[in-house]
Amino acid sequence: MINTVLLQSAIISTPIEWYILLSATLFTIGAVGVMFRRNAIIIFSCIELMLNAVNLLLVAFSSYHSDASAQVFVFFIMAVAAAEVAVGLAILSMIYRNVKSIDIDVLSKLKH
Amino acid sequence: MIKLIGLVPLFPLIGFIINGFFGKKMGKGLSGAIASIAILASFGLAVGVFMEVNASETKSHVVNLFSWINSDTLKIPFEFLVDPLSSLFLLIITGIGFLIHIYSIGYMSHDEGFARFFTYLNLFIFFMLLLVLGNNYLIMFVGWEGVGLCSYLLIGFWFKNTEYNNAAKKAFIMNRIGDLGFLLGIILIFVTYGTITYGEVFIKANMGGDTVITAIALLLFIGAMGKSAQIPLYTWLPDAMAGPTPVSALIHAATMVTAGIYMIVRSNIFYAISEDASMVVAGVGAATALVAAIIGCYQNDIKKVLAYSTVSQLGLMFLALGVGAYSTAIFHVATHAAFKALLFLGAGSVIHAMSGEQDMRRMGGLRKVLPITHKTMFIGTLAISGIFPFAGFFSKDEILVHVNEYKLLWIIASITSILTAFYMFRMMFLTFSKSFRGTEEQKHHLHESPSTMTLPLIILAVLSTFAGLLGLPEVFHCNNWITEYLTPVFVRGQHIITASHETEIYLMIIAFVAAVVAIVTAYRIFIQASIVPPDSDKGRNAFSLLAIQKFKVDELYNSIITKPLDAVSVGLKYIDTQIIDKVVDGVGVTVSAVSSVVRQLQTGNIGFYIFSMVLGVIAIIFWNVLK
Repeated sequence: MINTVLLQSAIISTPIEWYILLSATLFTIGAVGVMFRRNAIIIFSCIELMLNAVNLLLVAFSSYHSDASAQVFVFFIMAVAAAEVAVGLAILSMIYRNVKSIDIDVLSKLKH
Repeated sequence: MIKLIGLVPLFPLIGFIINGFFGKKMGKGLSGAIASIAILASFGLAVGVFMEVNASETKSHVVNLFSWINSDTLKIPFEFLVDPLSSLFLLIITGIGFLIHIYSIGYMSHDEGFARFFTYLNLFIFFMLLLVLGNNYLIMFVGWEGVGLCSYLLIGFWFKNTEYNNAAKKAFIMNRIGDLGFLLGIILIFVTYGTITYGEVFIKANMGGDTVITAIALLLFIGAMGKSAQIPLYTWLPDAMAGPTPVSALIHAATMVTAGIYMIVRSNIFYAISEDASMVVAGVGAATALVAAIIGCYQNDIKKVLAYSTVSQLGLMFLALGVGAYSTAIFHVATHAAFKALLFLGAGSVIHAMSGEQDMRRMGGLRKVLPITHKTMFIGTLAISGIFPFAGFFSKDEILVHVNEYKLLWIIASITSILTAFYMFRMMFLTFSKSFRGTEEQKHHLHESPSTMTLPLIILAVLSTFAGLLGLPEVFHCNNWITEYLTPVFVRGQHIITASHETEIYLMIIAFVAAVVAIVTAYRIFIQASIVPPDSDKGRNAFSLLAIQKFKVDELYNSIITKPLDAVSVGLKYIDTQIIDKVVDGVGVTVSAVSSVVRQLQTGNIGFYIFSMVLGVIAIIFWNVLK
């Protein structure tokens, strides 16, 4: 039997600001990666990074307020992320078949 | 039969629709027949209506066709008023209209616009019938505008000629000027009395107050000035001779131009109450009659002579209206319709024979070649000159007798009558007498017109002879039928002859002798001395020159009205093309310029798009936080 009181105090003892900072950092790294990387697969993983940063934040707040509804939301996010990756990779394979490259700078047909 | 009054204008309307859509495919015979039969059917109904009105006790019948305008404050039902006045006009319009339709079948037989002509003629009859049948001023106005439209369409019938188009525009625009006055009058009636139905307005007419009633009367008269070609809005009528001759006969002699007189007779109560307005009407009528008669003496185009004669005779009718002799004016309308239509159709027959030549100086000696035309036109000329026992004698004499009370007006009317006799016989002598003055080619083509053209002439000649029976004067111990018949229309009665029976007989004799003297003078000049009006205008005295130039009224209007308006329109055109167009184009140019700059954002680079998305989200968040 896990000592819930000990665990609880351990969780509460780390200040919430650390979790927020960590989550923000991860999110920023992911966002910057999405903006400035050229490899499409890297961009996908950066998107995953952003989603996970948000997951982390949600779970942290859920613990601190002992409210389970945020954790339910995290489940939703994970499911959506999985679906989105599946679709995204499918599109990426189609692009590769047509353009023979996954460098997004090559896809500039919408240029005026 | 009175309940079927709705059919009377319906038949010409159906004729208009059939000829309008299928006329060209039907061919000339069928299209002319349909148009004429439509009018004949209306005429038959009109005869029935007339007899029923004559026999009925209450002379005035209102037939409601449908509820037209129906709102809280304004209720105007589409009603027809069948009373002695409108039933008489029905007979004139449909009767003479029918004869002119028959005539046109012959006259326009070589024209490719044959079906279009009959379409417009039927439409005209429809609107004219609406005008005289309406029970309120609005329906009359609809008919009024409609006949103006048809006049435009028919004057400019041969539209490939720019001059004819200009004549049509002139007619329509001058009519419109009059219509403005007419419309203001109707609005004033509505504002004063709250209704525009004849019966309701005329009962309350008294309560308007003198100035308002005078204003209404004068405004309505302005409309009549335009439609019936009185000074100052008369210059369109001579120009309107550009249209085919049957049009001149129907519209500009027998029917449309009499709409003004109809309107004043219908509104007689306003003129009976307002002495000032009546005097204005009489004065304008007298002046127009005299001026037009003088101009007519110098015209060389056969149709222009008749046009000025029409203006002059209309002036006499307005003179009669002005002194309050309403049924006299209507009597003259009826006789004038007969003999003027006859004269115009006869002139058409002459022009047809002369292969289109209208200048009388090139005619002459036609009486041998055109016997029927000559004899019928001679009867018409006798009628208009006021020779006993033809129609014109009785109607014109009745006018002179009524006007005798006002000596100046009587003198003007008498001089006009003398001039009328003079220039009409001048026309007859130049056209039919002596020997032919035209070219050889024209001489070869001279032929009497076909029976479709001569038959209406004969019928009209008979009418011109016997129409006088409508209003035999009491001096002859006869019953003046038309005065009695029309009495119910005049709420306040009309002018009664103030002269004694002796004076009346003297006046008749004076008028008759004066006319004979005028005819003899014309005979001496044109037959005995064989004078033909010269081709050039040199050597004429100043007054003649002025009269030949129609007293320069057209030039006056040109300089006062047309040229300034042209200048204004040039200015407006500048504003339109240089300023407004530039602004509108400028909007397009600005959008183009801005877009060519903003377009640079679309680099096609996805990374850049994502970057801008992120920037945008940050901006929105900051905005909300700052609020």
